[in-house]
Amino acid sequence: MTHKEFDILIEPGRSEKNYWRDLWRYKELFYILSWRDIKIRYKQTVIGAAWSVIRPLLTMIVFTIIFSRVAKLPTEGTAPYAIMVFAGLLPWQFFSTSLSEASNSLIGNTNLITKVYFPRLIIPASSVITSFVDFAISFGLLLVMMVGYQFAPSLQIIFLPLFIIIAFASSFGISLFLTALNVKYRDFKYIIPFIVQFGLYISPVGFSSNVVPEKWKLLYAVNPMVGIIDGFRWSIIGETSFPALTLSISIIVTSLFLFLGVGYFRKTEKSFADNI
Amino acid sequence: MSGSIIEVKNLSKKFVISHEAENGKYTALRDVMVNKMKGLYKTSSSIKEDFWALKDLTFNINQGDRVGVVGRNGAGKSTLLKILSRITEPTAGSIRIRGRVASLLEVGTGFHPELTGRENIFLNGSILGMKRSEIRKKFDEIVSFAEVEKFLDTPVKRYSSGMYVRLAFSVAAHLEPEILVIDEVLAVGDAQFQKKCLGKMEDVSKGEGRTVLFVSHNIGLIQNLCNRGILLERGVLVKAGEISEILTLYNSNNSRSLHWEGLEEYENIQLTSTSVETLEGTSGDVYNDEDIFINIRVKINQPTRELLIGFNLLGLGEKELARANYNDFNGYNTLDPGSYLLIFCIPKHTLATGTYAINFDIAIPYVKKINSNKPNLYFEVLSRGEKGNKYFVTNSSSYNSIIRPDWLKSIEKIG
Repeated sequence: MTHKEFDILIEPGRSEKNYWRDLWRYKELFYILSWRDIKIRYKQTVIGAAWSVIRPLLTMIVFTIIFSRVAKLPTEGTAPYAIMVFAGLLPWQFFSTSLSEASNSLIGNTNLITKVYFPRLIIPASSVITSFVDFAISFGLLLVMMVGYQFAPSLQIIFLPLFIIIAFASSFGISLFLTALNVKYRDFKYIIPFIVQFGLYISPVGFSSNVVPEKWKLLYAVNPMVGIIDGFRWSIIGETSFPALTLSISIIVTSLFLFLGVGYFRKTEKSFADNI
Repeated sequence: MSGSIIEVKNLSKKFVISHEAENGKYTALRDVMVNKMKGLYKTSSSIKEDFWALKDLTFNINQGDRVGVVGRNGAGKSTLLKILSRITEPTAGSIRIRGRVASLLEVGTGFHPELTGRENIFLNGSILGMKRSEIRKKFDEIVSFAEVEKFLDTPVKRYSSGMYVRLAFSVAAHLEPEILVIDEVLAVGDAQFQKKCLGKMEDVSKGEGRTVLFVSHNIGLIQNLCNRGILLERGVLVKAGEISEILTLYNSNNSRSLHWEGLEEYENIQLTSTSVETLEGTSGDVYNDEDIFINIRVKINQPTRELLIGFNLLGLGEKELARANYNDFNGYNTLDPGSYLLIFCIPKHTLATGTYAINFDIAIPYVKKINSNKPNLYFEVLSRGEKGNKYFVTNSSSYNSIIRPDWLKSIEKIG
């Protein structure tokens, strides 16, 4: 009747030691919470899944008109401007949705956090997964667009999964950091929408990184989304050179945030139930 | 295996109460920055107070024990359960647990109103720590126990509150952990369903040799279910031992708070003693079929106009329920110097079962409030059997009535 594997020691500062094992043990909860979030998301809205098609589509149309027609910015190679915008919009939208959803996820699940134990990491993680479903739907839309524009992707598209993983890591790391901060300091509720809005302007969503002057490139690339969007465009459109500089900076910044995010989250996680 | 399944050593939990925080428990970054700036000039202006919810608890629980945790409101029972179920972390000390813990601190944790009954069973089950395969195996049992077969594919937001609670409890009742931690959630549903739940609980704990920790204010229930007890008082472990011993101690402790004697001295008036009594006397329990007498003894030193002597009756969470003063209805104005005994009576069949506090109220209206504003007395209203207890549910908001009067005048067959 004894279960060796369930020998638990509770001590101040102790829960770290069996953290990753616990996380694994709670994988089913992770699965079911993600499933719940997805289900609710498409159940509560009238147009449901169509929403994740309409949103990027309209943004893409507006951006194409403003940046290509009005501002007359160049596209990358021969790709239609719309496809270039959409290739950048994909990771950006994933990132921004993750950020907004995850940062509110803990507060939205207060009743769970104060009543049941489980590794809290599961909650923001399942928000990121939910955003990824949106991403997948939008990706389908990109494929449709490519057929419509008669635009064949480059062979480099086989590297796309790699960039998706980086986008995932970046979204997850920054989300975790902000989520934990949001529990303690509730004014992040106002800061996060600002970050998302501001980020849209400093990331190459509506324009190509090529239009950024060389001397600003380094500062510009500190934004991890720059390298990721460049990477997406490189693998989907494939008509510019490999974005070695921006991508490597992005990977460094992403790892930093991932490290910081997980660290800070775990440090504060134990007091969530008291603070929330 | 015998031996302890839970070992608690020197367990303490501290909360820091900050008196400056205006809007509740959380801080805003803005405030932190402002305080840091202030700190440059002077020491921080916020007064922080440590509050020990639990202090230096040490006890063991053996495999198969059914432990009742008793104590008054604020004794630290819920905090203890929260630490045991790893929701919050202790400040000091350690707990060793040898087994899977499932905690039931609330009925229907994580239920989502938009999801159907079927979906919520899986959701709630996983939240409580069941595997999907386990839930699938027990699915039919859960559904038939809850009696919601027809509504499985209806979103639970369309459920009646009774159905909701039945489904929620039913999921929880089919958990199979080695250690089950339960906080006052059994009193749900109508009387018939309650009985069913209790039967199930008894099966689970007695029949299957599971270790159960159980918090309740329902002494009868604890007596019935548990073999061991833990008595807490203001965060301190008073005693751990046989349930009968613990309950005797708890009752005698409890009745002490039915009576207060001392001297609270104010300029014009002295409060000398207070008590809650029934006709049976002051030491026993208070039942809902007895008149409850609230006695106040005061000594008045100099005549004071418009003096107010009375009490506030407080319910759960020290929420004010009623207020009574000696001169509410009779136009008394001044009392001559001397000693007085004031007797108030709460008629039988007025209060629902539960814990109440009394806060004595002595004041010169619009001039001075002389009492301390802290509850002085506590008492618990019990019911004998099911009388005045039907459909009374402590934890369900829709049944949360405080007054349970016997208002029926007559019933006769007229056709």
